[in-house]
Amino acid sequence: MITPGIVASHQLTPAEYDKILKLLGREPTMTELGIFSVMWSEHCSYKSTRIHLKKLPVESKHVLQGPGENAGIIDIGDGLAIAFKIESHNHPSFIEPFQGAATGVGGILRDIFTMGARPIAVMDSLRFGPLDDPDTSERNGRILEGVVSGIAHYGNCFGVPTVGGECMFEESYSGNPLVNVFALGVFRHNEIFYGRATGVGNPVIYAGAKTGRDGIHGASMASAEFTEESKQKRPNVQVGDPFTEKLLLEACLEAMKTGAIVGIQDMGAAGLTSSSCEMGSRAGTGVEIDLMHVPQRESGMTAYEMMLSESQERMLLVAERGREQEVFDVFKKWGLDAVQIGVVTNDGMLRVKHHGEIVAEIPNHALAEEAPRYNRPYTTPLRTAPLHGPDVHSSDLTADLKALLASGDICSKRWIWEQYDYQVRTNTIAGPGSDAAIVRIKGTNTSVAMSLDGNGRYCALDPRQGARLIVAECCRNLSTAGALPIATTNNLNFGNPERPEIMAQIVESIEGLAEACRFFEVPVTGGNVSLYNETLGAPIYPTPVVGIVGTLPTAAPTGMFFRNPGRRVILLGGLGNPDCHEFGGTQYAKVIQGLIWGCPPKLDMEYEKRVQECVRELVRSGTVESAHDLSDGGLAVALGECCFGPNNMGAEIHLDSDLAPELLLFHEGPSRILVSTANPQKVFELARNKNVQAADIGVTLEARLMIGNRDRVLIDSRVDELKDSWANALERLLHNPVLVANA
Amino acid sequence: MNIGIVVFPGSNCDHDAWYAVSENLHQHAEFIWHDSASLGNVDAVILPGGFSYGDYLRCGAIAKFSPVMRAIRNFARDGGLVLGICNGFQVLTEAGLLPGALVRNDTLKFVCRTVALEVATSNSPFTHQAAKGQILHIPVAHGEGFYIADERTLDQLETDDRIAFRYRENPNGSMRHIAGILNEQRNVMGMMPHPERAADPLMGSTDGLFILQSLAGAAVQSPV
Repeated sequence: MITPGIVASHQLTPAEYDKILKLLGREPTMTELGIFSVMWSEHCSYKSTRIHLKKLPVESKHVLQGPGENAGIIDIGDGLAIAFKIESHNHPSFIEPFQGAATGVGGILRDIFTMGARPIAVMDSLRFGPLDDPDTSERNGRILEGVVSGIAHYGNCFGVPTVGGECMFEESYSGNPLVNVFALGVFRHNEIFYGRATGVGNPVIYAGAKTGRDGIHGASMASAEFTEESKQKRPNVQVGDPFTEKLLLEACLEAMKTGAIVGIQDMGAAGLTSSSCEMGSRAGTGVEIDLMHVPQRESGMTAYEMMLSESQERMLLVAERGREQEVFDVFKKWGLDAVQIGVVTNDGMLRVKHHGEIVAEIPNHALAEEAPRYNRPYTTPLRTAPLHGPDVHSSDLTADLKALLASGDICSKRWIWEQYDYQVRTNTIAGPGSDAAIVRIKGTNTSVAMSLDGNGRYCALDPRQGARLIVAECCRNLSTAGALPIATTNNLNFGNPERPEIMAQIVESIEGLAEACRFFEVPVTGGNVSLYNETLGAPIYPTPVVGIVGTLPTAAPTGMFFRNPGRRVILLGGLGNPDCHEFGGTQYAKVIQGLIWGCPPKLDMEYEKRVQECVRELVRSGTVESAHDLSDGGLAVALGECCFGPNNMGAEIHLDSDLAPELLLFHEGPSRILVSTANPQKVFELARNKNVQAADIGVTLEARLMIGNRDRVLIDSRVDELKDSWANALERLLHNPVLVANA
Repeated sequence: MNIGIVVFPGSNCDHDAWYAVSENLHQHAEFIWHDSASLGNVDAVILPGGFSYGDYLRCGAIAKFSPVMRAIRNFARDGGLVLGICNGFQVLTEAGLLPGALVRNDTLKFVCRTVALEVATSNSPFTHQAAKGQILHIPVAHGEGFYIADERTLDQLETDDRIAFRYRENPNGSMRHIAGILNEQRNVMGMMPHPERAADPLMGSTDGLFILQSLAGAAVQSPV
């Protein structure tokens, strides 16, 4: 007997329960109710966002597989393709940072190799509470350390390089960190597999780790806000085993080569339930399984528990009838369980048997495709920041620069990424700390570049403009590395969609992403939505994160660092012309003024595209010795970063501008890239052809960074002092937060 | 010449070693599965990096029981050249083919970084193409690379000129800055840094080729 209380405890509304009654024509069993609750959860069904996600562009001549499969696939030439996707593990990472992050890596890797691709790169986008807040810094630091070691544990052991990412700090992430993991794999066009249960009568095979009681209702947990009771949800978090995952990878890729597999999908969120009903739904078939055959780690598990378990490192396969032994043999070689648990049927039903009884019988299509879709009401986006900020007048711009370089968002993240094996598989041409990571594809002349970008500050001020800006920046990162951006995956992290002012953030962000992705010709091939990122009613900043991939001919990377003295320093795109409102979203406002206000920078997408074309040509032709895009902290921070290479290079910069010095140095107007070159005429010529400004702002020299405007020296410092602020800040923050805060 | 690369479940630098030997060194490389009782017709063996059997117990503690290790012991006893890289070094110490042990880094954290190594001896089949005192830039990537041994063993290694490499800036706390050592017969070497990651100009350094080329040159004259 299903009571309203039981329905509510499964996070289903009365209306949703009525829909279930109508679809089944009877009262569901407990197992069926559990199955509906996970498949119709926000996490699995995208019920609040699906109608808006349709606005995203999904096609181009490069796209082989768009949204709806385990990962998107794009063509990169030479008969090769890449599969890539991003996914969040925010809620588990707050409850148990190490395992939450580790299993986040495991889940996205399975999404890639279930399609037949060998994972060759991982990146992470991380958001934590501040490390210099006396009240929360200790816990925030602990969560960061746990998340980083969890990612390292899983990725390093599995043998995939973690080649890049981003890590930012804001108060709003204090009770709700964000852990978004991106993975990318490579394969040949004829090696692509899909999650489809085709061929009536074909055996359904379970492979990998045994099923336990871990992670039950993980998908539902990820679809609710955090409250005081959430601490009791620790048992919902799964435990990762990267060694088993490595074996599963090798076994799956080897089994695929036998030609006996017709469909395969990993058991991710909602485990056995989602893999079986989604594979059936995509193929228009039924799937009948008998839980008696499921390898189990614990005794006495109920059907409900087995169907909802999120034990890790498991796969569901459909093989050609009569050839299952070939599949079993491969898994046996790798020491893994692989057993037939069911069969593909022609009636479109998910039928689950346990101890000889049918415990669930639901149309696959109802579970996978008929979840409620909500057009939730939305008003204007939640905004707490004022429009006007304090006047900007600095007494010591060099000190401001040092403070920015030592701030959490801008400082070197070496302490994090040295814990990751960023080189395994020997393809990493440009690794962490670069504008974009570059991974070569062995046996070809092609490399793949990738970048992850998000900006909660901009989106908090204006989600639509913020979203446009992050797409522009992510593409700029790739172009600065010489790559042509091709396609996007996105992770939408927001608060509670049932609040109209949060729903407005979601809608505006998606529309901003759609506009920019269409303009820059980087269609969205998949991604993830993470909602209910609120703790005790306080939402995170609206945080869409994009991962964009592109290609370039394989070559030694240009990099961001100045290499030789006596080179001209040229600012492509020009000094910019921000009005004072646009200064309120900058790192300067956040770090030096202590609040954000105003609006994000303007973006002229046509101009941005021309600047990117220009730098791409300059890098590919070897005309420039270094290239680095301007982002957080503006021109002064970017100049500093260009000096932090191995050669202790600096620069003497002379500007000519009417802007207030703070704006001139630290505004974050887009469409700007710093290059150094021995051949300035060629740079000017190309810039003129592209109708792009190219300001000759100075010359490289050793050991010192001086920036002047007309007659006034704005910044003057030894490079090693600046570098010390930047290079060691994160470790200082983590180990002595209070000292740093009081300094 | 033919170099065998052992694959344990959980090895993950096996392909990297294979690529460096075949594409950068232009020699023949083949994989040897961990349950093989014989090494086949190989002139030298590489035990690659990774996490054999997950390394959930002690690194290399389970790999030493693999069937292939018996064949490697015999091969080494007969003078065959065996190079253990990272996890391979850990396996060789666990199997007793090299003295000492590798424990958790003193920082308690995994570290991936290109380090400066000093060639401590050129008197070995693995280092003869480098000069003693030469600095090689080669990446490390390990959580348990802290080399320890008792004082007598350490003294003996020094006396016998069996320390192959020392770190210039010690990344893991290793005693006497040891990054690689030789066995008494000098035909087995273990090292924590990854020469296969420094074999291609695109990866930023080709210093690892000094080691791989030394191995290839020596294996031709090897008595096996």
